[in-house]
Amino acid sequence: MLVAGYVAFGALAAANDIPMGIAVASTAVLWALPAQIVLVEMHSQAAAVLATVVAVMLSSARFLPMTLMLMPELRDAKHRGWMYYLAAQMLSLSGWTMAVARFPAIPRPQRLSWFFGFTLVLMSVSAASTAAGYIGADRLPSLARLALVFMVPMYYLLILSGSVRDRVAAVGLACGAVAGPLAYLLTPDWSLPLSGIAGGTAAYLFLRKR
Amino acid sequence: MDPWLLLAICALATYLWRGPAVLIAAGVDPKGEFFAWISCVAYAIIAGLVSRMLILPTGALAETTGLERVLGSALALAVYFRLTDRNLFAGVMAGAAALWLIRFLP
Repeated sequence: MLVAGYVAFGALAAANDIPMGIAVASTAVLWALPAQIVLVEMHSQAAAVLATVVAVMLSSARFLPMTLMLMPELRDAKHRGWMYYLAAQMLSLSGWTMAVARFPAIPRPQRLSWFFGFTLVLMSVSAASTAAGYIGADRLPSLARLALVFMVPMYYLLILSGSVRDRVAAVGLACGAVAGPLAYLLTPDWSLPLSGIAGGTAAYLFLRKR
Repeated sequence: MDPWLLLAICALATYLWRGPAVLIAAGVDPKGEFFAWISCVAYAIIAGLVSRMLILPTGALAETTGLERVLGSALALAVYFRLTDRNLFAGVMAGAAALWLIRFLP
């Protein structure tokens, strides 16, 4: 599942002439696929730096509640404080989902090392997939590269429509999908922060009313 | 702007959600209203970006026609929801393969 997303991201970065080092490094230091796609798309459109940073930041806002939920489960007297800050950087949606599912069966003192081991594997696979997608898109004929880049919207089209059981996702998806292109016509640079806040707030209000 | 510097700033910006969450003590309800709103915003951003990529593409995808993107999306959705039991990899591959075939055949 991660492989398809990161291969697609690597191809997108290659098609937009982002250096390969940046693409692979972003998998390690941003470690959030939506934020990475936002960064590559906006950088290649030469969007304003502030708009890019705001869009990247808003797109990864889920890490705040995710980290808040996970930290109490990781805490144990034998760990040093900085380890939690490292764990926070290594948290991703797939690592989080897996941790929440597995933690009840893992004794508390061992959870942090399990988490580091598991997320390191995820990160390595993702970084390798990014490089593979990049090299593939770089070397293959332009038609095949186009197909690889097309995997980016397909990946999120399926993930987002697949999570429709989650009502927050469904409504957020619908509102954002409408707001995205409209905001782009209005202001290309600020379209993502704008459509995120407008679409997200609309989704939030809609969910609260019900 | 140098892309490495931009990447470093963006990494710091994402860490602002991660790092402080370690400090915030128990008693903050991660299911509270603010978090509900902020995750709506995060979903809306990626949905907005994807629908913009499909409806008003820039860069490499701008070479494709709207019909090609619609057919590719339809096939990806069909494989994901109908032909397989929500196999993400198969669905994504089907969409990409459809786009490739449509442009390759004529």
